[in-house]
Formats: sequence, structure tokens, C-alpha cells
Amino acid sequence: MYETNYHRASSVEGAIKLRGDHEEGRYLAGGMTLIATMKQRLAAPSDLIDLRHIPDLAGISIDGGNVRLGAATPHAEVARSEELRAVCPALCNLAGMIGDPHVRHMGTIGGSIANNDPAADYPAAMLALGATIITDRRWITADEFFIGLFETALEEGEMVTAVTFEAPEKAGYAKFANPASRYALTGVFVAKSADGVRVGVTGAGANGVFRHTGMEEALESNWAPDSVAGADVDPEDMLYDMHASAAYRANLVKVMAKRAVIAAG
Amino acid sequence: MAKVTLTVNGRTVSGECDDRMLLVHFIREKLGLTGTHVGCDTTQCGTCVIHMNGRSVKSCSLLAVQASGAEITTIEGIAAQGELHPVQAAFKEHHGLQCGFCTPGMVMTAVDMIGRHGGQLDEATVRHELEGNICRCTGYQNIVAAVLAANQQMHGATRQAAE
Ligand SMILES: Cc1cc2nc3c(=O)[nH]c(=O)nc-3n(C[C@H](O)[C@H](O)[C@H](O)COP(=O)(O)OP(=O)(O)OC[C@H]3O[C@@H](n4cnc5c(N)ncnc54)[C@H](O)[C@@H]3O)c2cc1C
Repeated sequence: MYETNYHRASSVEGAIKLRGDHEEGRYLAGGMTLIATMKQRLAAPSDLIDLRHIPDLAGISIDGGNVRLGAATPHAEVARSEELRAVCPALCNLAGMIGDPHVRHMGTIGGSIANNDPAADYPAAMLALGATIITDRRWITADEFFIGLFETALEEGEMVTAVTFEAPEKAGYAKFANPASRYALTGVFVAKSADGVRVGVTGAGANGVFRHTGMEEALESNWAPDSVAGADVDPEDMLYDMHASAAYRANLVKVMAKRAVIAAG
Repeated sequence: MAKVTLTVNGRTVSGECDDRMLLVHFIREKLGLTGTHVGCDTTQCGTCVIHMNGRSVKSCSLLAVQASGAEITTIEGIAAQGELHPVQAAFKEHHGLQCGFCTPGMVMTAVDMIGRHGGQLDEATVRHELEGNICRCTGYQNIVAAVLAANQQMHGATRQAAE
């Protein structure tokens, strides 16, 4: 790892100021991506601004159907929250499938969505739940937030402070985990609410996480696992690597969508 | 340079180190506690698992300064008064190790897992929870058996004590 300087922020304002003072600095949340990348010398921030000790960024609050997750909430806390499970169990289940227990104890939802790894789990849920990403300066819809592979709408120094969404009537997540890393080789999150059905797909798209409107329409006219079977998933739009070809991923999208609908019930 | 203060296995310790020093290196090199191992360097293998403020974490993926102020428990800190911790005893009894390299991380993972599940552990849960710990000798069978046996012993024992 290259040299770096560590700073522990105790407030959002303090962290923003520190970040502004260090052009080559980076926010540090769970470090489950950033520290690993620094160890490989693929990232070399001059300064790290630790967000884990900022009380305003922590925790889950639920008000009726409205859910708010602080950016620094670790995956393990999302997975075991009984309050969240009562309104959106699919998100608890998703968080419990991320990596392993040690990764879940450190990794945070804010870090995961800011990083927007094409194989990360949360982005699919954020899209399907129609979530809003709250930053230190604005509110961004998930549709506008996730732009491409490891790319988001975040500007230089902008910090995710929370995500918020209305609990859906039903939701489900199914992922085919990469057998080595446990990241999503393909993961599909389906959510049904009064506004309609939304389907978020991760791990598969050549341009990162995406919504599948064909499946959304099919499920809106008939909410049943088999509705997605006829959907058109073009292998041209899929990622491919040593783990799975584009055609295989295109098929997995349908299989995972079907399982997600079954999980949603 | 950073000043790092930790409570390690109940004892307060301080030391100076580079901001970039990983917690596992601080534990091994500054504190001389070499039970915590370094295996993969890519956050995958789990030989470096310790507890920070009561939760299992991979100490190879955490800077020592990030942990400053925290309570740390390492494998050296779990046996009370020279008696093996029930999880250690179960690993011995059930032959949950061969070469032993992954064992400290396995044991720390098992202690955390058993603590979090309040006695409600089955084989499938144990296997899912062991996803972050790699063993290249045992084929996991005896590790799973050891965790389940320790779980029963520990929760059985609590029930008895409560009666
Ligand atoms: C072995 C292993 C397995 C994993 N498996 C999975 C998996 O199955 N599924 C999955 O989805 N993920 C997986 N992950 C990734 C894990 O979920 C990470 O925790 C997550 O991607 C990053 O979150 P973090 O809090 O650790 O962020 P960090 O690593 O601290 O930061 C990541 C990036 O986000 C930025 N950042 C962090 N917080 C904020 C914020 N609030 N505002 C703006 N920018 C911010 C940082 O500057 C950095 O660029 C795995 C990781 C490991 C090591």
C-alpha cells in the first residue's frame, strides 16, 4: 500500500471540509472495497476520511412505510433489522447474502452504492425499489444515480448520507453468486407497489445495473413467476468473463427474475 | 505516523505506526501476537479474523488507525485461565483442523457466529456463515461438526446455569 494519511471525521460537515482540503483524498467507509484496492496499489488516495464514526450517517429509521438507511449502516445491521424485515424482508435477505459475515460487519450501503460495482447487490434493489439517494447537497433518484460500470452521478467530493424509499407491497431478490467471490454473477430484485412493478438487474449488464422494462410490463399484467419466461434479454447487452458467457448471463437474468418473483410471493 | 490505542484481550496497549499499517501487522509485529495469521492478502481467506467491539472482522482489511479506540479480541484472548475455550476444545475433540493455519480465524469466526445466533444454529447456517473462511485441508466436515458441538455445549451450559 502507498502512504496515506488517515482522518477520523465526527460530523458530515467536518468530513466534507476534510475532503475539500485534500484533492486526492477519498472517503473511507467499511473499506471492504477501498482498503483491498489500496493493498493492490490500484488506488492511492493521499488522505482517507473515515465516515464510520459520524452518528448522523448510522442506522435505520422506519416511519410507517417510509424507510431510511444511513449511508454508514453496515450490511449486517440491515440483514438483522427486525423493523426493516417487517416492511421489506427482501432487502434484509439481500444484505445477508453479501460476501461473508466479516465483510457484512464492516461494509456499508453507502460504500456499496457509491462504488457501483457491476456485480454488487444493493444497486439492483435501489433501482427496483425506486429509492432516492440523499447526498450532502441533493436528492438523486436511483434511475439517475447509477450511470455505468463503477460510475455514478456523484460529483467530486459529494457524499452519500442516506438512501430512502417507500416499502413496496411485495419484493424479492434472487442471486446466482459467483462461487469464489459471492458477488452476483447475476442478481434480480423485483418490487411491486401501487405505482407498478420495477425489476433491477445486477451482475449481468454490460453497462452495469439496469431495469428490465419488458419484465416489468409482463409482471404488471400478470404477477406470476412464469410471466418473465417470454421476456427478451439480449446477450449483446450482457457482460461476459471467464465465469459466464453473455448468453449464459442472459438466461440467468430470466431464471433469477423467476426465482425473485417466487421469493416475493 | 499515527498513535494507535487499543484494548487487546482486556489490556490497553498503545503504539506508533504508519497510517497505512494494517491492523493484522500491528497485532503481529507491534504486539507480538502471532496467532492471527495472514493468508490471502485479498480479503477472502479469513485466517486474520479477530473481533473488534464484539464483531468478527478481517484484520488484514482494516488499518490499525481505523481500529484505534476499539476493543480487540484475538485468538490469544479467548482461553480463560489456561482452559481451552469451548470452541477450541470442540475443534480438538472433533479434529476440526489438520495443518492449523486457518484455525485461529475459524475459531474466532465460530465464537462470533455462536454468539450471534443464540443457540439457533443448524448445519446449513454454519456452512453459510463459514463463507469467508477458507480451509484447504479438512474439507470443512469436521469444522462444521466442531462448531455445532460447541454451540450445543455453550448454549446447553447457559441453560443449565440459568435454571
Ligand atoms: C470478500 C468480499 C466479498 C464481497 N462480496 C460482495 C457481494 O457478494 N455483494 C456485494 O454487493 N458486495 C460485496 N463485497 C463488497 C462489499 O459489499 C463492500 O462493503 C462495498 O462494496 C463497499 O462498501 P464499503 O463500506 O466497504 O466502502 P469502502 O470500501 O470504504 O468505499 C468504497 C468506495 O465508496 C466511496 N464511499 C464510501 N462511502 C461513501 C459515501 N458515504 N459517500 C460517497 N462515497 C463513499 C469510497 O470513497 C470508495 O471509493 C465484497 C467484498 C469483499 C471484500
